Amino acid sequence: MIYREAGQFKTTYRADQAVFPILQDRIAILLILAVAFIGVPALASDYLFLAILIPFLILSMAAIGLNILVGYCGQISLGTGGFMAVGAYAAYNIALRVPELNLLIVFLLAGGCAALVGVLFGIPSLRIKGFYLAVATLAAQFFLDWLFSRVGWFTNYTASGSVTAPQLKFFGYIVHAPTGKYLLCLCLVTVAAVVAKNLVRGRLGRSWMAIRDMDIAAEIIGIRPLQAKLSAFAVSSFFIGVSGALWAFVYLESWEPLAFDINRSFSLLFMVIIGGLGSILGCFLGAAFITIMPIFLNQVPAALGIPLSTATVSHLEFMIFGALIVFFLIVEPHGLARLWAIGKQKLRLWPFPH
Amino acid sequence: MKLSRISAIAAVAMTMPLAVVGEAAAQNEQFIPSLVYRTGAYAPNGIPFANGVNDYMAMLNDRDGGVNGVKIVLEECETGYATDRGVECYERLKGKGPTGAAAVSPLSTGITFALTEKAPADKIPLLTMGYGRSESADGSVFSWNFPLLGTYWSAADILIQHVAKKGSLKGKKIVLVYHDSPYGKEPIPVLQDHAKKHGYTFEPIPVTHPGVEQKAVWLKIRQGRPDYVFLWGWGVMNSTSIKEAAAVNYPRDKMYGVWWSGAEPDVLPAGDGAKGYNALALHPAGTVYEVHKDVFKHLYDKGKGMAKRDEVGHVLYNRGLINAMLTIEAIKTAQAKFGKKPMTGDQVRWGFENLNLTAAHIKALGFDGLVSPLKVSCADHEGARKARIQQWDGKQWVYTTEWIEADTKYLRPKMEAAAKAYAAEKKIEARNCAKQS
Amino acid sequence: MGPFIEVVLGGLLAGVLYSLVALGFVLIFKASGVFNFAQGAMVLFAALSLVRLMSGELSAVHYWGAAAVLGVAVGYVLLLFWRRARPAAAPGRGASWGLIGVFGLIGAALAALHGTAGWSGWVAIPATAAIMGLLAVAIERLVLRPLVNQEPIILFMATIGITFFIDGFGQTIWGSEIYTLDLGIPKDPMFLLESVFEGGILVNKLDIFAAAIAGVLVAVLAVFFQKTRIGRALRAVADDHQAAQSVGIPLNQIWIIVWTVAGFVALVAGIVWGSALGVQFSIALVALKALPVLILGGFTSVPGAIIGGLIIGMGEKLAEVYLGPVLGGGIENWFAYMLALIVLLFRPQGLFGERIIERI
Repeated sequence: MIYREAGQFKTTYRADQAVFPILQDRIAILLILAVAFIGVPALASDYLFLAILIPFLILSMAAIGLNILVGYCGQISLGTGGFMAVGAYAAYNIALRVPELNLLIVFLLAGGCAALVGVLFGIPSLRIKGFYLAVATLAAQFFLDWLFSRVGWFTNYTASGSVTAPQLKFFGYIVHAPTGKYLLCLCLVTVAAVVAKNLVRGRLGRSWMAIRDMDIAAEIIGIRPLQAKLSAFAVSSFFIGVSGALWAFVYLESWEPLAFDINRSFSLLFMVIIGGLGSILGCFLGAAFITIMPIFLNQVPAALGIPLSTATVSHLEFMIFGALIVFFLIVEPHGLARLWAIGKQKLRLWPFPH
Repeated sequence: MKLSRISAIAAVAMTMPLAVVGEAAAQNEQFIPSLVYRTGAYAPNGIPFANGVNDYMAMLNDRDGGVNGVKIVLEECETGYATDRGVECYERLKGKGPTGAAAVSPLSTGITFALTEKAPADKIPLLTMGYGRSESADGSVFSWNFPLLGTYWSAADILIQHVAKKGSLKGKKIVLVYHDSPYGKEPIPVLQDHAKKHGYTFEPIPVTHPGVEQKAVWLKIRQGRPDYVFLWGWGVMNSTSIKEAAAVNYPRDKMYGVWWSGAEPDVLPAGDGAKGYNALALHPAGTVYEVHKDVFKHLYDKGKGMAKRDEVGHVLYNRGLINAMLTIEAIKTAQAKFGKKPMTGDQVRWGFENLNLTAAHIKALGFDGLVSPLKVSCADHEGARKARIQQWDGKQWVYTTEWIEADTKYLRPKMEAAAKAYAAEKKIEARNCAKQS
Repeated sequence: MGPFIEVVLGGLLAGVLYSLVALGFVLIFKASGVFNFAQGAMVLFAALSLVRLMSGELSAVHYWGAAAVLGVAVGYVLLLFWRRARPAAAPGRGASWGLIGVFGLIGAALAALHGTAGWSGWVAIPATAAIMGLLAVAIERLVLRPLVNQEPIILFMATIGITFFIDGFGQTIWGSEIYTLDLGIPKDPMFLLESVFEGGILVNKLDIFAAAIAGVLVAVLAVFFQKTRIGRALRAVADDHQAAQSVGIPLNQIWIIVWTVAGFVALVAGIVWGSALGVQFSIALVALKALPVLILGGFTSVPGAIIGGLIIGMGEKLAEVYLGPVLGGGIENWFAYMLALIVLLFRPQGLFGERIIERI
């Protein structure tokens, strides 16, 4: 009854091409943004910010990047962690060597570096496909891991190989409080989501999807696979690079290459798959699911007063995690985003289904 | 986008019961977080350590009702030796209990590096007993780090002192097989320095995480025939190194491990191949000490201990006991000044800084023979920097030397220089230790 | 020259171990088109089960359970033979289940009589094999069957889910410390050709043993695939699922069989790796070493897995020893991948893979 678009007429092309053509969606989005920007900072605790919301936002951005590659362009990548590391170390080095640069520009440049590296490792995708490509992207993961731990220049020759982010300073204002960090991430992620949403609706996005659905056919109708694939790698790596820089600067503050190891790549891939391939909303759903689930599993037995040993809890976490992944794939292979879409469809008819 | 809302609600709903539990609990509790790893590649070493910490706290609760009447509440959090999970655990646990976390032992050099940035803001001391940042022994810059009992630079110095005693190192060759992480890289600067001074050639060989892939490393060692191999490994890497050394027939008595590479799970899997292997020891193994009697009496005889009974007294278990004891003693020191109530992290930091364990004190605690006296001060956060060499005889660890003390005259300036560089980078003003009480 | 030969030999022998793991991948990929990421976890699970059954440190329930599984497996196999030999006299469905159940009970009872002392390898290895069979049945029923007809990427993700589950499950029931697996395989080094080279050429007996085991395994698999009815059915399925199904080959059963065989291969790999390194969570990570072998050799080729393994093993050891010092060491992890990647640029289907023909 509430969610019904009857009576909303699209009288211009502009209206027809809007990101959210339905009025209720627009209101909902505005409400959510209001809650995220005003409500949450007013209410949430430091713990909520630092342990849940900030990692969730940063990983959402990485998931958006990965989803562009996997979900929209159909190229499986297991090297996400490596590209995040490129972003993190690029940001570190730029901030270190050009300290007067505004950090926002540093993050963008870091994204740019990641995009370059992404294109480089994307070149094999022109010849290799499917699982072969997935395994080939692991080469990027392992090589980049090695590079950052072995080449001293990247870590400014610190003896331990662990580097520390500089202060988060924007326009003379030092972001230190969790609320500030949260708002910083939120702004960047919002921009990333809007950009990504518009990219995938445009010509570029459509060429990616054409490549995904059948690359040879796409080539025949005049889409250049070289441009489409490499641009997907570049855009995807850009987002991932920025998120890597954020992960390092905002969340970890001090890190080593191991922070971007292969497990990070896998967990991002999970986010995209569980959230929904080819859906920007799915990135957020997936990131929320993967971030919150382990914390949830870890805390529930304690909260319920069931004494479980730490080892059992973390083994159980593995098991439940694995089982949930399989469960989701069986129940809804198109992820949480599809579930949400189904829910919306149902809501249209509710409460009078006939 | 919908999901920020969903996640916020889910998160609030999730933390709600915890908050309630926290409120309802008695206020007279000292909350201590315990970052552990009971799963993954480092579990063989993480488990006994965590058991030791847990058992000591449980024993105190049972025997004395806590620390000066304040009940100890210990909560474990699984980090898997991963930095990001460690940070997550820290954020989760730092605010729990009536006064927040008393002190954090990250049990990982990588996590220590990350938390070094966070702890000062949260006012929580980091106890990094025998690991962590070496320059953090300079307390004037690193107010919140306490690498008690020894840093890796001290360890490297002690090892060089020991092998130098066996004959001049001139023209000799020393290889360092290290875990490719901040932990493994810590000793390199000192070993390089010494190479210049003593005239040996030094070659560091990294082993990538988790360290089961070492065939090439040991083939290289077989070809290079170094005079000594130092081992800076952790978890499965240690036992793999010893096995591979046996496989290429490198003499095990020429191998020296750091104190994290000298425990039972490191040598037992290698069987006979480990015979003759040396390692640094911060403290002995065994259960002949007073504290173990209490642990048996209050826990194991009641069927409550965490470990298997015959694993009590293993090297890392004892290290866990000592780690817990140092935390508790810092709390006690703080309580002596601030009153017998739960301490905040800030107060516990004061306790650590003024920790003074005399021989009599140690004896009263039941640690006589396990720990040697140590005294912490504002300038010196290490407290003691001594170790012995122990050798595995196939059944147990046997001491082969007396206590060797690291050379402060050489290490101190190096440490201060590194600390100063850190302070400059972070724009921290060093405290004037002469003025600290 | 001596050291060079040594490195090459060491690399080849390490490559044998990679091949063993890659073999499991190839078997499953051929028969069901599933890229089974869980192979590494299966190696860990098999090795953990074996070493813990032999240790005698667990509670009685573990032994009863394992023995019951073994009993069920023995009962099932006997029943199969009975049906084959005398179809008319064989018991019906209900009676069969009853019989199998009785075998399970007998197994558990024997274990109860035996007490909680550790088992010898002769019992523990078949028991572990039976457990791997059970695991295969469970995977087929709970994961593969509901996901039939899904895209390959979905199945791949599902196997990652399985990986997580098995890792957690294995460590929950068997423990997560490091366990020594001792099946009496000699481990001491040997020195060959000491008269020719100074110091001789070092070869580890365990590696030779591993190579021998791998050789036997491949021979057994070859016979199994070429000569037995089931093997022929497996090959038919690998060639064309639909055609195989239309001539009456039951796909579900084939999947169970092929996953069981992959489980056996995992057990063998687990025995070899476990004897060399000790059994601990880290051996699950060997899956990552097997991936470059796979893309180098091709996903669908058994000889490709073997030769790919040898090339990767030799290549990465040579690189680590001779290139490593120049580049700073620790390069063998990515070197294997880069090597495979370079080959792929010239042959996108791997060295021995079937040519990929694409049609619109």
